[in-house]
Amino acid sequence: MTSIQQLTNQITGFQFKGHTFSCLRIQGEQDVLRVEVSQLEEMPIFITVTDTQILCISYLFRKDEIHTDKENQMNQYLLELNVPMPLSAFAVIEDYYVIFGALSRGSTLESISDELVTLAQNSIDSLQALEEFIK
Amino acid sequence: MNIITKLLTAIRGSAREIGEAVVDTQSLRIFEQEIHESKENLAEAKSGLTEIVAKKMAAERRLDSVKSEISENEGYAVEALGQDNESLALEVAEKIAKLEAKAESQAEELANYEKNVEILKSQIQEAEKIIAEHERELAMVKTRESVQQATKSVTQTVTNNDSAIGSARESLERIKQKQQSEQDRLEAGMELKKELEGDDLDGKLKASGIIKDKHSAESVLARLKKK
Repeated sequence: MTSIQQLTNQITGFQFKGHTFSCLRIQGEQDVLRVEVSQLEEMPIFITVTDTQILCISYLFRKDEIHTDKENQMNQYLLELNVPMPLSAFAVIEDYYVIFGALSRGSTLESISDELVTLAQNSIDSLQALEEFIK
Repeated sequence: MNIITKLLTAIRGSAREIGEAVVDTQSLRIFEQEIHESKENLAEAKSGLTEIVAKKMAAERRLDSVKSEISENEGYAVEALGQDNESLALEVAEKIAKLEAKAESQAEELANYEKNVEILKSQIQEAEKIIAEHERELAMVKTRESVQQATKSVTQTVTNNDSAIGSARESLERIKQKQQSEQDRLEAGMELKKELEGDDLDGKLKASGIIKDKHSAESVLARLKKK
């Protein structure tokens, strides 16, 4: 069983495939951990731990940042990209398009690190790939 | 309505409001209670099955013993007939007839137990399926709620602090700048390497006399001689 506190302690200073993690714990109703992956700092990842899973989310853009006339086409592309994209999927949370990955609470530090690095990379790649849709 | 349909309805409709549950707490508790009761019923059905299986085995044993009694007596009847003792044979035959009637009713009883075992087994299987299905639904509803809570916290974090998340354009520019400066660094490195290699080649050419040093004593002397 991994808690945000345990996760912070484990990840800080851990090295994975040449990347390190810088963590900021934000306490609230439900604790959130903001993680920057070294060399991929532009797209921070927000982690929460729920009863059943570790949820890692990176925020891509707000809905109103997309060209309205191209929204449907982009949504179609996102659905098609979901399966081939490694470890992550696209989703919408309130007004935001996000990219996320969910892990079992029993995941090893390696699996979590792999998820974070892959997610940050996917987030940067997606933003660049979707540039034509952004205002 | 299946659980995915319920979730979709909640997302589509007025339940869009953050924090609003797909299923209210009261019905969630009732649902949990139902699962709990189904499990108790299942446990009862399983112990009932054990009992009936035991009864079925006892009935099988009784039927076997009657059958062997019948064949034993048939042997006696044949022997009595062999001794031409018709009356004794008849007496044995009467006993056999009674035993056969007993065997028949016992076979019926056994068939009844067997049928009950089959029915109970399929009921148990059905109940297990339903419980598993309900547990999956419950897990999905609960997961949605905890995820909703989690994403709410994250979004609060993201929106509370303006510097936490800039616009997509800004992020894109930062990414591009970084990639450009990485590219520049790479190119500069290549350039430097080329220059160093070039210098090295010059040195070699000079050493072999192919390139002459502009300011050598030899060239000064040659120039002076021309004057």
